[in-house]
Amino acid sequence: MNLNLDFAAILERWPAFLDGAVLTLQLAFIATVLGTVIGVLGAIGRRSSHPVVARICGIYVEAIRNTPLLVQIFLVYFGLASLGLKFSAFTVAAAALTINVGAYTTEIIRAGFDAIPRGQIEAAEGLALSRAQIYWHVVMLPAIEKVYPSLTSQFVLLMLASSVTSQISAEELTAVANYIQSDTYRAFETYILVAIVYIILSLVMRAGFWLLGLVIFPRRRRLGTPL
Amino acid sequence: MHKITRTDAASSVVGLSDVHKSFGALKVLNGVSFEVNRGEVLVLIGRSGSGKSTALRCIDRFETIDSGEIVVCGHRVSDPKLDLRALRQDVGIVFQSYNLFPHLTIEENITLAPCSVKGISKAQAKEQARRVLAQVGLEDKLHQYPEQLSGGQQQRAAIARSLAMQPKVMLFDEVTSALDPELTGEVLKVIEALAADGMTMVMVTHEMGFAKGIANRVVFMHHGKVHETGPAAILTSPATPELAQFVGAGL
Ligand SMILES: Nc1ncnc2c1ncn2[C@@H]1O[C@H](COP(=O)(O)OP(=O)(O)O)[C@@H](O)[C@H]1O
Ligand SMILES: [Mg+2]
Repeated sequence: MNLNLDFAAILERWPAFLDGAVLTLQLAFIATVLGTVIGVLGAIGRRSSHPVVARICGIYVEAIRNTPLLVQIFLVYFGLASLGLKFSAFTVAAAALTINVGAYTTEIIRAGFDAIPRGQIEAAEGLALSRAQIYWHVVMLPAIEKVYPSLTSQFVLLMLASSVTSQISAEELTAVANYIQSDTYRAFETYILVAIVYIILSLVMRAGFWLLGLVIFPRRRRLGTPL
Repeated sequence: MHKITRTDAASSVVGLSDVHKSFGALKVLNGVSFEVNRGEVLVLIGRSGSGKSTALRCIDRFETIDSGEIVVCGHRVSDPKLDLRALRQDVGIVFQSYNLFPHLTIEENITLAPCSVKGISKAQAKEQARRVLAQVGLEDKLHQYPEQLSGGQQQRAAIARSLAMQPKVMLFDEVTSALDPELTGEVLKVIEALAADGMTMVMVTHEMGFAKGIANRVVFMHHGKVHETGPAAILTSPATPELAQFVGAGL
């Protein structure tokens, strides 16, 4: 057996890898922001006293969590196409990833909401705060602080899973790798490099979430204690 | 300490008449009536499970009643069309577990409701936060988080948070039961000062010595009924054997 690695040909293509990495981060960023919004709304919906609302949110979560991401991507891709709507592969990928991660964040944020003691909400009700004000000022931040590690891990997982969108030719990192390896016939080297880039992207995201945590959880920053 | 006792209907702040309330098959309030006039302190006593908390919670519509009538500051609490948030602006309630919001500083805890419910300016709310904190002796804790305070301080901060909404009546449910005697004393002093200022209050407490000093009226609950009621003097000379036994056990 003769392992003969040659990175020269693929390292030459670094601008393409960089473009792919940037696109992957863009996908992850969009899905993180929109997925958080969906997660908060979905969690409120699942806890709604309105049975139809709670049911619809429940069906959404179960449907997503019990189907493969790739199938969801194709459903969005071909679904939009069959409606005669034309979007770029990037838009379709971002939409599918958002829909996917929204279901997971719904469950995570719901667990955070459920962890807020009843007494907190009663105290807020006693102060005449409205339901929306209670969610916004009293429940949201502590709930998210409690589940922040699982929430952020979910977004890192999503960034890694976005490699599947290469299947609909979104020009993200894995798609770039796919065509570079077929150009250079250096498949092993290409995917070694790609794996390293994904690790770097994961570390970048984790560092970003850590910094974000310092900003949005001032109590934790000052006292360092868990909630 | 001065005691004001007026009975004209116009000064009635809280009125319960023939209130019934069950949790499933469990009858908790079985025809409860009492009245609190402006500036009065009514102390609710009774064994654990006799329905004191439930009665108090009905006043602020944390529980809905099965029959009877409750009128609080002109709000008909039993009316299904009640404006709940208007009622709760007039009523302050403090629980045994202080329930300060842990992610907010003491100042933010206090200014939250005045800003978002009454819509007063941030600057005004902060000014008021300083004032109510001074009232409970915590002016130096403005920028601390709840977990940095002792239990007694947290409870005083919770009282200050309620006061910032300028309620017409305050409800206290065993607010010192989670505290050791020393911390209990500092919270009771704050409540005493409120009473001296003329705040109308309904409080559930097991501190009999304190009740004697502060109550204009004592209501002894037993099996979901007002078993005996009268001025603070009934604590020293009870008319019913049940109250005699209760205060005997409590001393
Ligand atoms: N939400 C509830 N559901 C069912 N039972 C309750 C509820 N709240 C109180 N109870 C019951 O009602 C009775 C009276 O409770 P409570 O008003 O808390 O009494 P107290 O404050 O005098 O100790 C108790 O037996 C208690 O277990
Ligand atoms: Mg009780």
